[in-house]
Amino acid sequence: MPDSTTRQTSSPKGYARLERIDARRIAVIFAGSWRIGAQVSSTDDIVALIRGGGIAEVVVDGKDLSEWDSTLMMVIRRIEAACKESAARLDCERLPSALRGLLRLTEEHAESIEIASPPSEPVTLAERVGDATHRVIDACSVFIEFVGEATIAFWHFCIGRARFRGSDLGLVLQQSGAQALPIVALISVLIGLILAFVGAIQFRQFGVELYVANLVAIAMLREMGAIMTGIIMAGRTGAAFAAELGTMQVNEEIDALRTSGFDPMEFLVLPRMLALIVMMPLLCLYADALGIAGGALIGVTILGLPWVEYWNQTQNAMTMSNFLIGLSKASVFGVIIALSGCLKGMQSGRSAAAVGIATTSAVVVAIVLIVAADGLFAVVLNMLGL
Amino acid sequence: MAPRPKIVVKDMDLAYGDVMVQRDLNFTVNEGDVFAIMGRSGCGKSTLMKQLIGLKTPARGDAWYDGKALWAAEPEERQAMVRHFGILYQNGALWSSLTLGENVALPLAEYTDLSERDIHDLACLKLGLVGLDGFEDYYPAQLSGGMRKRAGLARAMALDPDILFFDEPSAGLDPISSRRLDDLILALRDSLGCTVVIVSHELASIFAIANNSIFLDAEEKRAIDGGDPKVLVRESVHPHVREFLTRGEPVEAVR
Repeated sequence: MPDSTTRQTSSPKGYARLERIDARRIAVIFAGSWRIGAQVSSTDDIVALIRGGGIAEVVVDGKDLSEWDSTLMMVIRRIEAACKESAARLDCERLPSALRGLLRLTEEHAESIEIASPPSEPVTLAERVGDATHRVIDACSVFIEFVGEATIAFWHFCIGRARFRGSDLGLVLQQSGAQALPIVALISVLIGLILAFVGAIQFRQFGVELYVANLVAIAMLREMGAIMTGIIMAGRTGAAFAAELGTMQVNEEIDALRTSGFDPMEFLVLPRMLALIVMMPLLCLYADALGIAGGALIGVTILGLPWVEYWNQTQNAMTMSNFLIGLSKASVFGVIIALSGCLKGMQSGRSAAAVGIATTSAVVVAIVLIVAADGLFAVVLNMLGL
Repeated sequence: MAPRPKIVVKDMDLAYGDVMVQRDLNFTVNEGDVFAIMGRSGCGKSTLMKQLIGLKTPARGDAWYDGKALWAAEPEERQAMVRHFGILYQNGALWSSLTLGENVALPLAEYTDLSERDIHDLACLKLGLVGLDGFEDYYPAQLSGGMRKRAGLARAMALDPDILFFDEPSAGLDPISSRRLDDLILALRDSLGCTVVIVSHELASIFAIANNSIFLDAEEKRAIDGGDPKVLVRESVHPHVREFLTRGEPVEAVR
């Protein structure tokens, strides 16, 4: 046992002394304090000497040690490795018995357990490109498969055969609906303000500042309401879905659902998808209203437009088609957010880091798909002349 | 040589919010002891452990380490005291984004002035002690549960702690791995001279390694007995203790 009764100096010192016993045998004598934090003499030259060859036996001696810990073991292991390399014999008999016991532990416990070696990284450029291509193809097929499964689950819901808990749906509705109102309100009022300011600068040049009302109304209804709500919800709710399902994956909760005969698609994904399909248009409606209000605030106070005229102008701009286009976009975005959040969560690996990766990629995928879908909407609606 | 008290717990209460779990805990752990905290599920074993390792403020009372109170100390001082503990959590609690080698090396790099080569060699040594030589570059997720637990032990030993705390060391291990971990705990205690505190209800393991213990009773909400479990199983005057240590079977059937 290390002796802790020795005097405590501010920086204890550990020494290693080399003695030649004869031409082919050396002794390494350790003395003083060999502990973490102590100043210990370097043993590199001793190791180098043994490695150099020509030495048949090394005796390590610890009779002058006052205290020791793993620091000494580490040094002895280095000497041991050097001895093995140059086929010298190592004599540890004069070390403290506790130290010998520990050294023996490192040997006898070293069992060879056969498990998969860490995956080796691909080396050549061709391999790396091939690997990446495979991953992209895999990811696409998994996504398509997931969309298919989600569609089947939705179909089961439509014919009334889906199994999930109504209270789960209620909870997700609350979390992704009512609790999202403050942040959606803040962002959409600010977007309304910004649109009004941007419009005001341009329209002032032509003396038609009243058209700010049209700009704000059309932009909010058709584009900004849906897309800003989508991005907020992707960051807020999509990330929550991925983290929640990912943690459930870590805790084997999803496995437990499967073996209890519940389809995770119906039990977990469906309520989340339904909640967002219902809530996204409602949130979008709310965002539209507050965005227009934000624009009006600027129009009336800073631009000095009369209330009534601003309101009439806004009403003229709010056509039914713009309104419905915005709401249907919001529903589609809701499906995208729910699917990417749930997909990434379900695919998550079983560690804390994997849940983080799943959450990040759920948000990234959702935002990219939202913007891409919005672009698609623009092209199709243009072709339809709406 | 008379045993030197290492941990002294005085008048400690365990509570969750307003719910009192245990009252008036008083016990002493001597240097070199393997001390078992026993009791049925829900009796507050894990809570007691959390209060001993500085994770949860006790409702009342304190723990003295080498005569220094843990909870009366300033937060920084408490941090420094806790750093001298090695703690093995129930599921290993390895940091999943780091390799085994990095897991062990992180405390070494933070709290010592050792060179990078020394830290690497020390990390390999600690992994070697638990039979994981050559696994430095693996991530925890690539290992089996038993290996993760042993790697957790290697990390707990990184800074050569005076006191090792184990939360359910045998939970989730097969009997052979569990036995091997027990042997390892004893070997480490004998050679490093550290004190070991374990929370366990694995009887085989308690009888094999513990030489001192405390039994927390969930009904009476206090520690009803303590001492060497091998003696308690025969001589305890409390039926709860004997029942726990014999799984409710006659003494002869167990030993």
